[in-house]
Amino acid sequence: MLSFYIAKHLRAGKRRFSLELEYDLPEGGFLGVRGPSGSGKTTLIRCLAGLERPEFGHIRVGEEAWYDSSTSVFIRPQKRRVGYVAQDYALFPNMTVLGNILYATTDREMASKLLELTQLEAQAHQFPRELSGGQRQRTALARALARGPKLLLLDEPLSALDEELREELGNELLRIQRTTGITAVMVSHSRTEVSRLCSEVLELRSGVLDDAKLSVY
Amino acid sequence: MELSPFLVSLKLGAWVTLILLAVCFALAWAFAHARAKWLVLVEALTSLPLVLAPTVLGFYLLIALSPRSPIGAFFQSAFGLRIAFSFAGIVIGGCVSGLPFMLTSLKTGILSVSQSLLEASYTLGKGKLETILRIVIPNMRTALYAGIVTTFAHAIGEFGIVLMIGGSIPGITKTVSIAVYEHVEALDFSGASVYAIALVAASYVAILTLLLIQRRAARR
Repeated sequence: MLSFYIAKHLRAGKRRFSLELEYDLPEGGFLGVRGPSGSGKTTLIRCLAGLERPEFGHIRVGEEAWYDSSTSVFIRPQKRRVGYVAQDYALFPNMTVLGNILYATTDREMASKLLELTQLEAQAHQFPRELSGGQRQRTALARALARGPKLLLLDEPLSALDEELREELGNELLRIQRTTGITAVMVSHSRTEVSRLCSEVLELRSGVLDDAKLSVY
Repeated sequence: MELSPFLVSLKLGAWVTLILLAVCFALAWAFAHARAKWLVLVEALTSLPLVLAPTVLGFYLLIALSPRSPIGAFFQSAFGLRIAFSFAGIVIGGCVSGLPFMLTSLKTGILSVSQSLLEASYTLGKGKLETILRIVIPNMRTALYAGIVTTFAHAIGEFGIVLMIGGSIPGITKTVSIAVYEHVEALDFSGASVYAIALVAASYVAILTLLLIQRRAARR
């Protein structure tokens, strides 16, 4: 189970606002966070990954406290066991698809399984620059899953793709999330996307939950 | 024609490049990523050799490293090492003068590696050192080569600082550029041109190598 309460002051351009969000997500759940640009979506996912530190609150995954302002606990991203897929996929250009996955794990058998799961066996020895947008997205996903994370974090994972591919890879993402049973959080600016893929959806407006638009599917 | 100026210049270029390569990475990383505002004051200081007359830098180094100065006296008494008018002295001068060339290249290279690659590495469980060795350095190779080539080329052609701090001791501090100067002073233009042509050729090869590396990287 993922349980968080995150409070942080943010700035979007000249506008200042506070991100304040609390949620409990059951294990294996897929939470979608939607909101316009500058509403605090990416900050939320970066706080969960440990790349940014909230000013107040807590983040708990199962029995582990990753952040707790009352006890000054802050677990670094290296120790959090998260799978993080950035908006630009952040694939290492100097490594092949397999190299990118093996950077996260030394388990070759696991790497082969992930290549199979993401249907990337034929591209295993290609470099990111030789891949299509969809193949890059799947490589980032395979790499994120390679450490056996407790939480999968997806920052606009489909935004760089065209409409057709977005639907196809969205379905694939859902299939992989269901196959692995991993608890996942995805942020997106697309209402259709989160409604279609996620089991629970939060709508953010300037850092706070827009209660009228909280929906649980 | 003496061969020793060529050897001294090559040795100087190699030492200066190696030392700056070792020293500058941490400094360039700090300039690229550290948030402390006062660092810009240090960065401006390290860029001074780009705009300051080499003789001025050489003059201050000579004063600072002479046996009468506290630093020079310390090296003399502790290690029996005389820095002014020695090979060690011109290496220090070359390092000061070449510092901005290596630093600028490395900082550009470090900044060219996207922050999202570093963050991806951290979320995959890797520490800063492993991230630098396996992600940052391999992805900034072109800037690294540029730093090595420009620093080496600049060091072998260095004149003002080397002359001020090292004088012209054959086989020890007399570099090719100093040999050119001495031959011209003696009105031996043909002797000077041999050394001058060698420097032009070495500089041309260095710049050509750099351009070829950059073209190859751009094609990828």
